[in-house]
Amino acid sequence: MTDAAMTPDSAHPSKSLTHADERTKKRNAAERRFHAYGIGAICTGMFFLIALLAAILSSGLPAFRQAVVEVPFTLTQEQYDEAEKALLKTGKYTEYFVTSLTDAMESEGVEIEFDKKAIERLLGKVGGDLRAYYRENEDQLGTPVSFELAAASRVDRYLKGTFKREDLQSGNRFFMPEDFNLIDAMREAGLIKQVFNWNFLTGVDTGVDNPGGAGIGASVLGSFFMMLVVLVLSLPIGVAASIYLEEFAPKNRFTDFIEVNISNLAAVPSIVFGILGLAVFIQFAHLPQSAPLVGGLVLTLMTLPTIIISTRASLKAVPPSIRDAALGVGASKMQAVFHHVLPLAAPGILTGTIIGLAQALGETAPLLLIGMVGFVARYPDTFVEGFIEPNSAVPAQIYNWAARSDAVFTEKAWGGIIVLLLFLITMNTIAVILRRRFERRW
Amino acid sequence: MNDMRILERDVDTNDVKIAAKGVQVYYGDNHAIKDVDVEIDDKTVTAFIGPSGCGKSTFLRCINRMNDTIDVCRVVGDIQIDGEDIYDPKVDPVQLRAKVGMVFQKPNPFPKSIYDNVAYGPRIHGLAKNKAELDELVEKSLRRGAIWDEVKDRLDAPGTGLSGGQQQRLCIARAVATEPEVLLMDEPCSALDPIATAQVEELIDELRQSYSVVIVTHSMQQAARVSQKTAFFHLGNLVEYGETGQIFTNPVDPRTESYITGRIG
Repeated sequence: MTDAAMTPDSAHPSKSLTHADERTKKRNAAERRFHAYGIGAICTGMFFLIALLAAILSSGLPAFRQAVVEVPFTLTQEQYDEAEKALLKTGKYTEYFVTSLTDAMESEGVEIEFDKKAIERLLGKVGGDLRAYYRENEDQLGTPVSFELAAASRVDRYLKGTFKREDLQSGNRFFMPEDFNLIDAMREAGLIKQVFNWNFLTGVDTGVDNPGGAGIGASVLGSFFMMLVVLVLSLPIGVAASIYLEEFAPKNRFTDFIEVNISNLAAVPSIVFGILGLAVFIQFAHLPQSAPLVGGLVLTLMTLPTIIISTRASLKAVPPSIRDAALGVGASKMQAVFHHVLPLAAPGILTGTIIGLAQALGETAPLLLIGMVGFVARYPDTFVEGFIEPNSAVPAQIYNWAARSDAVFTEKAWGGIIVLLLFLITMNTIAVILRRRFERRW
Repeated sequence: MNDMRILERDVDTNDVKIAAKGVQVYYGDNHAIKDVDVEIDDKTVTAFIGPSGCGKSTFLRCINRMNDTIDVCRVVGDIQIDGEDIYDPKVDPVQLRAKVGMVFQKPNPFPKSIYDNVAYGPRIHGLAKNKAELDELVEKSLRRGAIWDEVKDRLDAPGTGLSGGQQQRLCIARAVATEPEVLLMDEPCSALDPIATAQVEELIDELRQSYSVVIVTHSMQQAARVSQKTAFFHLGNLVEYGETGQIFTNPVDPRTESYITGRIG
């Protein structure tokens, strides 16, 4: 290099660093624009997410509340004997209840006329509940007992504001216009209140005549048994397949073909797996219809490609130097894989598995085809029955409720979505925690 | 600067440990090693030098059959250790690798504790009957790796938390823990600073007492410093093989001379 090249050339006068030239300005502007696009994209995404969550929570949270009427009630021995002798035993109990409800409201300064028909419209068969209680607990006779009685779904909706006076059509046998006055009176007297609806979490599906009593419990259990099948089948099969393909299989046309097909399987629409499950598991293998076992098998088919792909990716991410090190001290190929590679890949495998399971948990379409959308009004009696008895799953139950006309079922569907989302968020959080905790550096 | 030292160093004549005849290695269609004949002595440090891609690492990896793990790699010819053909179908590469230890270019400790790093080999080969014996073996290996004093108080610490030079010495300790007879080193100092390099070189010189050491290196000074015999590879051919002093001061082949004087490579 010559000295001439080192000194500033007169043809290229040196520019001030404090003054940006045209090119720099353009470049900076492009950078600012890109930043703006990025922030805009994130804001849009956040807006949609917040809108979605707001919609779900505002529509779904009421499903977790339940209106109950709480009335102090005392039954004397004489009243008990008289009622047990009467022809309409439960009717007698309802009459007692009407009396004590009237008393309770009068003591709060609210006066209203109503009969036992109105009570049955608002609170269902109160007399039967009371009779059952006292026949069980005769020692409670004569002492004041506070009863919490679940209100009918229209009462519930009236209190939640989704059912108004003007919504009532004339000629409705189940609800009279004067019932609104009774509800208002009970509310004024502080006898009606809203409590957490445990029945929604623990209950089973109900018919259209009792939408308020419908619960998601049985279908949560159905989903649980399906996930059990998926986990037990897809994790070992998926991990074994990936380890073999990644570490042991020779690289040839055949393994390339398998590889391409696994990637393709991951993109197959889930309804196709549903049809496959219907044809193979139910029509050919004669496994029980609508059973979580079959649902689990179908979802296993769906989850396998996800697990295989994520497992292979995490096996690939283990540096080859670790394999060399193990082989170099005389470990066999299998020892190298199981002692060193697999533990290092485990967090990735677990994350992939949990995400695959979460995906399977939210899947609805294949379940429709194998009949897991039926009406399921009971829990399985034993662990084994949990796999083979007809059951539903959370997303299928949501679909089922959403398709019914009663507005209470729609509310239940939204509530079911909240339950499903809670499960998914929990699973994904576990995946993130596992990955953070077991991630190793090398 | 080292020339004087090389000339002064006396070379013992030892038994032949590794004998290779007509070795050819192919990576698919690529002919990587062409007809290499070499006899490597016991209790000697043998250096392989040559420009990048000349096949010296490939040849080194043939000696413990690490090339088996590469699908497209094919080895032809005859390599014998103590008179036994290591490519005989009856030979189990796992047993071979316990006998022929290897240290890699990049320090690659397992992401486990220092103790477990060294104990892994003996464990899988069943070299220790009980915990006490294993402890003793680990200590002995770490002492041989010249790292015992630095890590004796933190054997449970992760091996990956050590410095680069310490990691490489840990890898050497791990390699000697299986009590091999041959130690292959593939550019063991290329990722290390001069001080760590000096420590490893000192260690190599000590290891010569018990093992036949084969070292691949890019540094001709290093080859001159640590080895008694040197082999010069070029484009897959073994160009020249002889005593280190002779190779560096009076090479026979003009290509060797060009390489060591810096004209090619």
